[in-house]
Amino acid sequence: MSLLALDSVAVSLGERSVLRDVSLSIEPGEVVGLIGPNGAGKTTLMRAALGLIEATGVCSLARLSDAERARAVAWMPQEHTIAWPIAVASLVMLGRMPYRGVGAAPTANDIEQVGRAIRQAGLVGFEKRPATQLSAGERTRALIARALAQATPLIMADEPIAGLDPAHQITAMETFTSLAGEGRSVLLSIHDLGLAARHCSRLILLGEGGVIADGSAQSVLTAENLARIFHIEAFFAQTDHGPVYQSLRVLDP
Amino acid sequence: MKRLLASLILLTGGLFALSLVVGPAAIGPIASFQALLTDTQTPLSLVMQEIRLPRAILAVIVGASLGLSGAAMQGYLRNPLAEPGLLGISGSAALGAVLAIQLGLASAFPLGLPLAALAGALLGVFLITLLAGSRGGSLSLILAGIAISALASAMVSLVLNLSPNPFATSEIVFWMMGSLADRSMEHVWLALPFVLLGGVLLATLSRPLDAMTLGEDAAEALGMRLSRVRRQLIIGTALVVGASTAVAGTIGFVGLVVPHLLRPLVGAMPGRLLGASALGGAAMVLLADILVRVILPEADLKLGVLTAFIGAPLFLHLIYQTRRELA
Repeated sequence: MSLLALDSVAVSLGERSVLRDVSLSIEPGEVVGLIGPNGAGKTTLMRAALGLIEATGVCSLARLSDAERARAVAWMPQEHTIAWPIAVASLVMLGRMPYRGVGAAPTANDIEQVGRAIRQAGLVGFEKRPATQLSAGERTRALIARALAQATPLIMADEPIAGLDPAHQITAMETFTSLAGEGRSVLLSIHDLGLAARHCSRLILLGEGGVIADGSAQSVLTAENLARIFHIEAFFAQTDHGPVYQSLRVLDP
Repeated sequence: MKRLLASLILLTGGLFALSLVVGPAAIGPIASFQALLTDTQTPLSLVMQEIRLPRAILAVIVGASLGLSGAAMQGYLRNPLAEPGLLGISGSAALGAVLAIQLGLASAFPLGLPLAALAGALLGVFLITLLAGSRGGSLSLILAGIAISALASAMVSLVLNLSPNPFATSEIVFWMMGSLADRSMEHVWLALPFVLLGGVLLATLSRPLDAMTLGEDAAEALGMRLSRVRRQLIIGTALVVGASTAVAGTIGFVGLVVPHLLRPLVGAMPGRLLGASALGGAAMVLLADILVRVILPEADLKLGVLTAFIGAPLFLHLIYQTRRELA
C-alpha cells in the first residue's frame, strides 16, 4: 500500500496557480528527493499533500482525520524556529504527542523512541540543553530527531539538511536511508543535487508548475532537464565512488 | 513539577489565610477564623464572612484568571511579551464599567457596574472574533486587539472629556486603577461561572500550546486544529479577563510577569506553565491585596497601582537578565 498518493492535485495561492495536475505516489522503503529551482512549488506541494493548504484533486493523507494523519506522517517545516528554551529531550518528546493521552506520563516506549531518535541525530549529551541555545545545525538535527520520534511510516521534511556541515549532511541522509531499510519512507526537498543523486532512491523534479521528471537520478538529472529547469550545465557520472554530480556553470538565457 | 505545584498551592493557601486576617479591624488571627467558621451574627463574623472572605476569594479568582490567560496568550503567540490585555477585552470591559458609572447605572443597583463591564467585554469578544476570527496568523489577532483596545480607550477618554459630573469622573479614574475593596459575595458569584468556564477552555490548551513550540505548521501536522485552538484561546481569555475586569477593574502586569517568572521552573514548556501561572497569579494578587492594606491602611491604595509597582521592577530585572544572556 502506498504511503502517499496524489492524483491530479492542483494548488493556487491567492490568484496565482502554483501547481497543476500533479500525480505521484510513494511506496514503503523509498527516500524520495524533491528537487526544483526556488519557487517551483516544493514546499507548496508538501503542504498540500499534508492537507495544510487547500488543494483540488485527490490526496491520500489530507483525507485522514487529524489524529490518524499525525500517526501516518511526520512533518518537518523549513522554518527551524523553536519558540521556548525547552530541553532537547522535551523537544524530541513532542514527536510522541500523537501517541500520548492528555496529561499522561511518557511510557517506556515513548522514552525508548526519543532516546533512539536522539542517538540517530547525533545529539547524545545534548538532552538537557535548552533548544534555543543550540547552533543552527544542532537545532536542525534536534528537529530531525523530533520528526524521527514520531515513528510514522512516512516523514516529510522541507530542506532538512540545509545548514548542516558535510559530515552531518551525510549522516542525516544515511539515517533516512536506514529508515527506508526498515520499510519506512522519506520525502525531502533538497537543493544539493550531489547529495540527492547519491542518497535518494528516487528523485522528483518540479518545474513549470508540475512534475517534469520522476525516477532514478540518471533518468531525472539529464542534461536536457538541467538546462530546461535549472538553466545550468553539470557533470554527472557513475564513478568508482558511486554517482558523482557537480553543477558547473549557468547557461545563457 | 509536582513539587513546584505543591509549593505554589502552599504559598497561595498561606497568602489566602493571611489575607483573611489583615484588615483595619485589629482582631487576632484565631478569633478571626473562629468568627469566619461559626455563624454568630456578631459584627466580627459579619466582617469575616461578608468583607474579608469575598475579598480573598476574588483575589484568587482574578489572579488565577490573569496568570492563566497570560500564560496561554504567550504560548499561543510564542512571544514572552504577550499579555491578556492584548485582545482588547479588558479595555472594552472598562468601557462598559465607565458608561455604567457615567449613566448612573452603577449606583442604581448593586451589580450594575460589573454587569455593564461584562456586557462591554462581550462586545469586545464579538468584535475580535469578527476581525480576527478563526483564520489568519497571530499578527491579525494582535492587530485586531490593538484596534479594539485603542477604540475602547478613546471612548473612555471621550466619556471623561465630556462628563459634566466631576464626581463621576473621579469615580471612573479610581475604578480604572483596579481594586478589591468593598466587594461582596455577589461579586464572587457573578464572576465565578465565567472564570470557571474560561479556565477550563484555557487549561485544555496545554497540548496544542506545547506543539506550537515547533511553529504553527508543525503543530497542525501533529494533529492540532489551529482554528479551534485560536477560537478556544480567544473565548477563554475573554471570559476570564472580562469577568475579572468586571469585578476588580483593570489590574496590569500580573498576566505579563507571572508566566515570565515561572517559565524557567517548568522547563519552559508552555502547557505546564498554564497551571503554575494560574497559581502564581493568585499568589501575586493576594500578596498585592495584602500589601495595599498594610502599606497605607488609611489611604485606600489601589491594587492596580501596586501590581504595576511590583511588576515594573521585576520586568526591568528580566530585561537585564535577557541582555546578559544575549551578551
